[in-house]
Amino acid sequence: MIVADRKSLEEILGMVADREKILILGCKGCVTVCNVGGLKEAEILASTVRIARKKEGKPVEVAHRVLERQCDNEYVTQLADTVADYDAVVSMACGVGPQFLSEMYPDQVFFPAVNTTFFGGAVQHGVWEERCAGCGACGIHLFGGLCPIARCAKSLLHGPCGGSANGICEVHKDTACIWDAIVKKKMDTGHLEDLVAVKPFKDWRTARDGGPRRSIREELVKGNI
Amino acid sequence: MRLSYPANIKIIQVPCTGRVDIIHLMSALEDGADGVYVAGCLEGECHYLEGNYKAKRKVAYVKNVLTELGIEPERVAMYNLSSAQGARFAEIANDMVKQIRDLGPTPVR
Ligand code: SF4
Ligand code: SF4
Repeated sequence: MIVADRKSLEEILGMVADREKILILGCKGCVTVCNVGGLKEAEILASTVRIARKKEGKPVEVAHRVLERQCDNEYVTQLADTVADYDAVVSMACGVGPQFLSEMYPDQVFFPAVNTTFFGGAVQHGVWEERCAGCGACGIHLFGGLCPIARCAKSLLHGPCGGSANGICEVHKDTACIWDAIVKKKMDTGHLEDLVAVKPFKDWRTARDGGPRRSIREELVKGNI
Repeated sequence: MRLSYPANIKIIQVPCTGRVDIIHLMSALEDGADGVYVAGCLEGECHYLEGNYKAKRKVAYVKNVLTELGIEPERVAMYNLSSAQGARFAEIANDMVKQIRDLGPTPVR
């Protein structure tokens, strides 16, 4: 899933400081799963903003709502009748949400309430880790199922750098060196020689380096199958 | 047992403090309550195993929100007592009221 972190209250309050009628809009997708922007969080943020503004003596009307997904025009259209009732909308979805919203409703302003960080998952309750960098040409099978592009600070493809020490990455003491893990796994499974194979240069054009990407499924473009 | 506790406390009964949500505490504050506290069962004695621990974490969450807003976090509190401790109930109510009186009225009006 896409993982995100809530922005600080200070930043969010600053964005809507001069607004008087706000909608806080959650999303039932990834941000609900990572407990940052679902119905519950939207409701809490709405109440928090009202409390903050009451305290300042500048009360504000704040409604909250959640869409099935903000990255899908089918659901974004559900806002058509009410979007103009507010002087600002605060989206709690990943960065995709406020963009779909801005594209559909050019007269409204959409503020992001979260910082979108990575593709990953929860490794324990309350802790999420990055697993994929969306390089557009997946090769994790070559690395024992562990992605060195997303999980090695330098995205090295032919083994660890000299900074790997006791399984820890030189870049951060709390980060495992994924190359240490890849090598260990290959040794444990008796496939260390796999890593000797020289891999061709990675073509980064399929990743962000090739510019914004697009995925076209011809059969679907023609209609439902 | 005829124990008295301050009349300015409004009690909201819930089946278990695990039922208390962050938004319930927030709504009370938003509506101008000077303080809110959760009175849960003793730790380790929740009939539903961990309702009171969940409530404790929710209270801590709201305390953080209040701190971020520049409001005294002491306006929200969690207490633990058993249903047999009537005297303790009255004592907690008095403590909380004293604490809130010391802080003064809520800045959220
Ligand atoms: S190889 Fe590319 S697509 Fe596969 S997990 Fe790593 S970054 Fe993601
Ligand atoms: S220590 Fe390991 S994870 Fe960190 S940059 Fe070097 S090879 Fe990559």
